[in-house]
Amino acid sequence: MTAGSIAFTLNGTPRTLPPGTSPTLTLLDWLRGPAGLTGTKEGCAEGDCGACTVVIEEADGARVPVNSCLALLGQVHGRSIRTVEGLRGDGGAPHPVQRALAEADATQCGFCTPGIVMTAWAHAREGGDVHEALAGNLCRCTGYRPIVEAFGALHDDPACPAPPPPSPATRLEAPGQVFHRPATLDALLALRTALPGAWLLAGGTDLGLRVSERREAPAEVICISDVPELRGLEAGPAGIRIGAAESYRLLLAACAADPAFLPLAGLLRRLGSRQIRGMGTLGGNLGTASPIGDALPPLIALNATVRVAGPDGEREMAVEDFLTGYRTNALLPGEVIRDVLIPRPPEGAIFAAEKLSKRPDQDISTVGLSALIALEGGRVAWARIALGGTGPRAARCARAEEALAGRPWNRETVDAAAAALEEAIAPLSDWRGTAEYRRIATGNLLRRLWHRQAEAA
Amino acid sequence: MDALTRHTGPGASLRQDSALKHATGEARFADDLPMPPALLHAALVLSPVAHGRLAPIDLSPALAVPGVVAAIGPGDIPGRNDIAQPKRAQEHMLAEGLVEYWGQPLAIVVAETRDAALAAAAAVRPQIEPLRPVLSVEEALDAGSFLFPPMVMARGDAASALAAAPRRLSGTFHAGGQEHFYLEGQIALAVPGEDGDLTIHSSTQNPTEVQVMVARVLGCDHNRVSVQVRRMGGGFGGKESNASWVAACAALAARCTGRPVKLRLGRKQDIAATGKRHPFLYRWQAGFDETGRILALEATMAADGGHSVDLSGGVVFRSVTHAPNVLDVPDVSITGVACKTNTVSNTAFRGFGGPQGVLLMEDVTHHVARSLGTTQEAVRERNLAGGQNDAVTPYGQALEGDLLRQVWAECRDGAEWERRRAEVDAFNAGHEVVKRGLGSFLLAFGISFGIMSMNQAGALVHVYEDGSIRLNHGGTEMGQGLFIKVAQIVAGVFGVPVERVRITATSTAEVPNTAPTAASTGTDLNGWAAQIAATTIRTRMAEQAAADWGVAPDEVRFEEDEVFAGNHRMGFGELAHRCVQNRVSLSSTGFYKTPGIHWDPGAMKGEPFFYFSYGAAIAEVELDLLTGEHRLLRADMVQDCGRSLNPAVDRGQIEGAFVQGLGWLTCEELWWDAEGRLRTLGPSTYKIPGSRDVPPIFNVRLLEGAPARADTIFRSKAVGEPPLMLATAVWNALRNAAGADRLDLPATPERLLMAARRARA
Repeated sequence: MTAGSIAFTLNGTPRTLPPGTSPTLTLLDWLRGPAGLTGTKEGCAEGDCGACTVVIEEADGARVPVNSCLALLGQVHGRSIRTVEGLRGDGGAPHPVQRALAEADATQCGFCTPGIVMTAWAHAREGGDVHEALAGNLCRCTGYRPIVEAFGALHDDPACPAPPPPSPATRLEAPGQVFHRPATLDALLALRTALPGAWLLAGGTDLGLRVSERREAPAEVICISDVPELRGLEAGPAGIRIGAAESYRLLLAACAADPAFLPLAGLLRRLGSRQIRGMGTLGGNLGTASPIGDALPPLIALNATVRVAGPDGEREMAVEDFLTGYRTNALLPGEVIRDVLIPRPPEGAIFAAEKLSKRPDQDISTVGLSALIALEGGRVAWARIALGGTGPRAARCARAEEALAGRPWNRETVDAAAAALEEAIAPLSDWRGTAEYRRIATGNLLRRLWHRQAEAA
Repeated sequence: MDALTRHTGPGASLRQDSALKHATGEARFADDLPMPPALLHAALVLSPVAHGRLAPIDLSPALAVPGVVAAIGPGDIPGRNDIAQPKRAQEHMLAEGLVEYWGQPLAIVVAETRDAALAAAAAVRPQIEPLRPVLSVEEALDAGSFLFPPMVMARGDAASALAAAPRRLSGTFHAGGQEHFYLEGQIALAVPGEDGDLTIHSSTQNPTEVQVMVARVLGCDHNRVSVQVRRMGGGFGGKESNASWVAACAALAARCTGRPVKLRLGRKQDIAATGKRHPFLYRWQAGFDETGRILALEATMAADGGHSVDLSGGVVFRSVTHAPNVLDVPDVSITGVACKTNTVSNTAFRGFGGPQGVLLMEDVTHHVARSLGTTQEAVRERNLAGGQNDAVTPYGQALEGDLLRQVWAECRDGAEWERRRAEVDAFNAGHEVVKRGLGSFLLAFGISFGIMSMNQAGALVHVYEDGSIRLNHGGTEMGQGLFIKVAQIVAGVFGVPVERVRITATSTAEVPNTAPTAASTGTDLNGWAAQIAATTIRTRMAEQAAADWGVAPDEVRFEEDEVFAGNHRMGFGELAHRCVQNRVSLSSTGFYKTPGIHWDPGAMKGEPFFYFSYGAAIAEVELDLLTGEHRLLRADMVQDCGRSLNPAVDRGQIEGAFVQGLGWLTCEELWWDAEGRLRTLGPSTYKIPGSRDVPPIFNVRLLEGAPARADTIFRSKAVGEPPLMLATAVWNALRNAAGADRLDLPATPERLLMAARRARA
């Protein structure tokens, strides 16, 4: 273990923080406090409004917007960060992106603007759908039209990423706190066994809330980002294998590039925002095991498997078995999720990954339904129907699957399966929807699947 | 006016004054100000129950937290523990004896760091004996639990006319509240000075009320309290009265500790503790004939006022006066009440009861049209004020029927209503589970504060010897572009480029006794006041020039940064210098009060509005009948801004207000649990519109060639609130798509799915 100070590159300049700086201070609080950079704003402290957006400059030139309210200093150790103050050119001239937003009347009260500027700066390089780029930035004044127009006319600047500082430290300490950044799987497993109460931190989009909102200061944190065995993504004929510490950003890119996985790409585009996907991980979604984890139903429908590593070696299990209950999973003491294998949908099978929410973008699922349906000669050979938000955990609906299997793929069959589904589930009522709505709408997601297939045919 | 000054004077499309500073991050909001030495941070102890008897609060657990400097309860208040509006019953700033909503402030903790203050506030365990909370407006209405006596606006004999009408219908529906979700949460910084002076930096729309509340709570003269606000990160009415008690808490903490104190509410505390738009319950009966003419209407509109009055009187007044909206109903009786419930006290929100009021006739015309097998548009046209119908509202003020018809015709033609109605019908015939709908809306919104005394404003203008100008007025900037508009007016008066006019922070020390920046009146009031101040100075400068040149003062013109008369000319700065040398005052206040308005609250009669702002909208939606998911595909609107002072700013107000209205009517849902705890406390659970929710075709037009008929500044019209109501067209479009009878608001996917199922059952 190498102890050391928190170090990162900020706006092109290497910074080493004073010893004793809390590694669980949020980047936002550090920027606005000790760093005196108040351009970055706190709007919600829950990673939803985007006023705190800063950009991580990756070595490959990628610009990844993230919510600085959720990012802990220990997490950004060794990274390159750019804030709204760091966009200005020589002599303080505003960056063209800053000018473009100002000149488009894309700012009224201006409180969301620095975050939108940073999202825009990243978008100019990353490209893609403007609304997808903007999903993580709320504006309450403009009605977005001028922002969307400005985004449509941005040009990338040629700036190269600022090089990150050397970051040999695997142990960042502050009074009463240790933030571990193990660099090997063995080191991670040793820590996991030695420190069963430590926070196991991947992207931090969920755990970070305990700091940003609840102001907790955990004594021990194990950050898995530097563990090479938990990184990387391989896309092959069998499917996609993704490390538990790899971001949704990478998974989305892989799914979008593969026609078989386009339905999953469509769902991932609605999972959080670019900011959240830049930090959040599939491993985190599985570890949290929330019943409304967006990514869980499609993993179950596709019969994805989880490989876990522990003191006694590795084991692999189906995602549906990994999820054991409300926010519980099958990890044994000392184990961590290593990676996930998402099998390619069989040729000719219907694959869909749907979610319902109050707002289309960046909203937590009211319910989710994913389906993998194999057809043979106009009949359903077999079906895997996986649901989220309809029970304590994401799970398959056996009764719906049975009602489909072996029957002709037609309206009557789907109606019967949807009715079976509606009877089988017992969802809760909350602010996202009543139990009745969840039941009816989930059944209807299955019906809609048939309608869409029928329309396409 | 010549080309150069027209470029930056009234009518020019200039950017919001701080646009580039916003984009570079240089614009300072209250939390960005340099921290004064010895700054302390405050946090609030909030009630964990919605209703109960509160024992004297034990703050010792807070004091035991390291870093805590003080813990302050109601007993520590040197003045009055009262944040009520004038002439209203006491409303506690810190609860005493009784808690009346979940999230009610009970105590203030002050510490060296914000985290310590938050931890200490969380350590306090208030002892509360729970009482049953009243959480629904229905329950309060049926129990007659009102915050003040009902307001009844009546004309003719509605009961008899109803009985005599050939056809009758009744309806009931509910509209939800709305969280302001200003991106910048409530914040105040209180800095003690000498002799009990306090300087308050507050994110407030209402600096004078902050001053008054702080002085009331501290028991000091108003002249000890100076309130400043350069800008807010959004207000929308949420910082009209609620900012005052936040600032008063900070001021109290500063008084108790003798040190500067900052109180910034985190998002969850902000949503829990501060008021929202009033939810409304509507019950109505209408009588009409076979032609769709509405002959009689009786309605009750029950606002959920929350636990205290706050601004509910004004909200109910506006909802009642705006209930008929653009329609003429001969015999009418509309009763507005504010129900008392155990929820946060609801408050001002852009439109201030108007948005709730104008929903009423949309529901009535929708049902009348369904019953007669005609369109809502036909029923609206049949009953439109003016023309063959009466133009005078039930309270006695006339609408301009010709303008209404012009606005509607332009909107309808621009949106190609007939063609698209046919297209939508054809689409629906060809689609089983996806349906489209068209809806429209037409608005008349009265401009002026309902409280007559608030229709006043002051300004303070200085011209310095170098010709630079300093502008201050009572209006506050929350993003709406007020500061640039008023600067344009002043630049126009002096004939100088707007860059010569220095915009400065609103300050009670510079302009006293001001109205809040609210009710869309910011430019109308402060623009006139600044114009009057600037004109006073210009008159003196013209006299100086006239004396120098031996011409009449009225021959002196101010244009292109210069001053002219005949063959004489001088730079504006040069004349300013000459004035100082000749001992001419280059400083003036300006004062304006809206003329002609009057109101009899007992009779609910009068002409309370200086003028009306008109607007129309047409919306097209697509609805998934299987899930209730829906999208706004296109919106067309025409908004009457009179002769616009700044078309770019006005367009921004129209678009932003429309989308905010869209959020209120569709995706923004406040959700309380059975114990009265609000569970939608942040953007993860409370969904305001995102960029994708804005219609891909979004056509906004300002009504052209229609300068205000009232003597408004530059013949412009207010624009802050009216376009929010134009989103009502989306409600009508959604009902059209769903074929629904009743569709409560917000029209979430769930409500639409259920409404569509009822319609097809």
